[in-house]
Amino acid sequence: MKKKKYMLIISLLILAILASSLLSLNLGVISISPMEVWNTIIGQGTKQQELVLFDFRLPGIVLALLIGMGLSVSGSVLQSITQNELAEPGIIGINAGAGFFIVLFIYFFQEVIPINSSLSIFSMPIFALLGAFTAAVIIYLLSWRKGINPIRLILVGIGVNAGFGAALIIFQLKMDPQDFRQVTVWLSGDIWNADWLFVYALLPWMLVFIPFVIWKSNTLNVMTLTDSIASSLGARVEAERLWLLFAAVALAGASVAAGGGIAFLGLVAPHIAKRIVGPLHQYMIPVATLIGAFILITADILAQNLFSPTSLPVGVIIALLSTPYFIYLLLKA
Amino acid sequence: MQANYHKKQKLHFVYIIIGILFLGLAMIGSIIYGSTDIHLSTIFDSIFHFNHDNSQHLVIREIRLPRGIGSAFVGAFLAVAGAIMQGMTRNPLASPSIMGVTDGAGLGLVTVLAFFPALSTLGQTYAAFIGAGITVIVVFIIGNASKTGLTPVKLALAGVAIGTFVQSITSIISLHFQLEKQLSFWIAGGLANTDWSTVKILIITGTVGLIIALFISNSLTLLSLGDDVATGLGQKNILIKGLAIISVFMLTGAAVTTAGAVGFIGLIIPHIVRFLVGNDYRWILPISAVFGAVLLVASDIVARMVNAPYETPVGAITSIIGVPFFLYLARGRGGSNL
Repeated sequence: MKKKKYMLIISLLILAILASSLLSLNLGVISISPMEVWNTIIGQGTKQQELVLFDFRLPGIVLALLIGMGLSVSGSVLQSITQNELAEPGIIGINAGAGFFIVLFIYFFQEVIPINSSLSIFSMPIFALLGAFTAAVIIYLLSWRKGINPIRLILVGIGVNAGFGAALIIFQLKMDPQDFRQVTVWLSGDIWNADWLFVYALLPWMLVFIPFVIWKSNTLNVMTLTDSIASSLGARVEAERLWLLFAAVALAGASVAAGGGIAFLGLVAPHIAKRIVGPLHQYMIPVATLIGAFILITADILAQNLFSPTSLPVGVIIALLSTPYFIYLLLKA
Repeated sequence: MQANYHKKQKLHFVYIIIGILFLGLAMIGSIIYGSTDIHLSTIFDSIFHFNHDNSQHLVIREIRLPRGIGSAFVGAFLAVAGAIMQGMTRNPLASPSIMGVTDGAGLGLVTVLAFFPALSTLGQTYAAFIGAGITVIVVFIIGNASKTGLTPVKLALAGVAIGTFVQSITSIISLHFQLEKQLSFWIAGGLANTDWSTVKILIITGTVGLIIALFISNSLTLLSLGDDVATGLGQKNILIKGLAIISVFMLTGAAVTTAGAVGFIGLIIPHIVRFLVGNDYRWILPISAVFGAVLLVASDIVARMVNAPYETPVGAITSIIGVPFFLYLARGRGGSNL
């Protein structure tokens, strides 16, 4: 990978993200022209424009970017530590764990805490995060047997995913239609409450764990080899894997808590990055981070505006948007 | 060594026989339990001394029996299709659904529901089949169409990508035409509407797939060791993969058009069987078929009893029954072989 070409790719991606973000600021039920956006940013917009831009659209955009980054990095790490190309947070049960806790929360606390109250809006993500970590702990404990074997980790992940998924459906069926819908929307992925508080809650996770993962790039490079090679090269495989798994779960858990079960992004962004800049993690992960952010922000724009005022689930658009390019890359390889 | 081999063969036969015994019990259970419980002797009467005026006989012949038989075949077909997919892609996360069969069938179904709402149930079945077929062909072509050829990873990735793409189109159509509810019913899967005409299509199509699968089982064992090994031993991999995909398509297509997207069986049963018998697909395929049938018939009984008179999605029940056992095996054997 030539340094120059790499910097070019990174710059292009950042430009694309900026363009999409600007577009996203313009579009919506109340459309605000680029000129007006600029005026509002320098403090000369109307009260209404300020409210729409700063309190509704901007936090939504920042959230979308952060969630996209979190899911992509999480997917990259999981694909490497399990040595499996199909791995992503969803498939090993992290989304299902988060979803199950959300369902439990709504099921048991709906009388105590009314669903659209601000208390529930802020406690639901915490429950989702708890669920994600519960799933991860169960997976880790069950696959521990004198160490972790990547295949066993994946297999146990499938099992835990299926178990949580089933429990989720059974609880969900006992709900009244209103709650049922809420859970369905949540599960299919939705940046539900664009609010600065969420941004502040999500930001620390990303600021800690994404740099951590990039810092661990060399370990990840070694880990995609077999375990025996990795340990003979001096990687403290077990401890490193635990930390990386923790980072992956933290990123996915925080993203899922804010954005629901957005599927496919954690799978496809790392693959696209790998096909563009090769498998070395120090190059691949930053690119995957940006690609994830770009795909999610663009998908969010389309989901909100394509059939406005009806909005589509953002997961649907992610698939439509990223598959053709992904297929092209598969064909080219 | 030789003696050990024969001992193993015997053990495998024991698995099949135990499986068939359980299947028999589950089938009887499936006929007995329901909104009205039926006495055991009535079952024999209804089969051997059928009486048109006896309502219980009619219930057995027209509702319970096709449902029991249908669920046995659906379970068997899904398990075998899953085993083939895992062997061919050498990926433990592979399941019949990653070839896009389920997604394609869903698109076919939604398309006719949206544009030809007057079509009969049989027409819907055909549409689902056509949708599944087109999707599989696209996946195969894309997996195959590059310089490096059809590598397992590429097949799996192409399958997942195309499947997700097709699924998105399906959900857009269904959102636009307000078919979400019908679609989610179909996706949740269920055997409530199984009658003899569906069972007939199911058995005919699936059996063709099953025969192909058994025919290539030996080659699958080689393929699961790696493409290079198989080629080195003189195997025409592309032919075997083509046949395997046709078989997966027929098996999954038959199952999915009958029962909707019953997840999990195709993923977990092959693993359970592999833990028990190792990596020989001549054994994995038939034992998977029997175990898959047992699991689905048993789950279907639970599914209609647990929240009666409402039916619980059978996929959830298969998970609840299968997961503890699966986790136990995954821990015990360390998930070898794949």
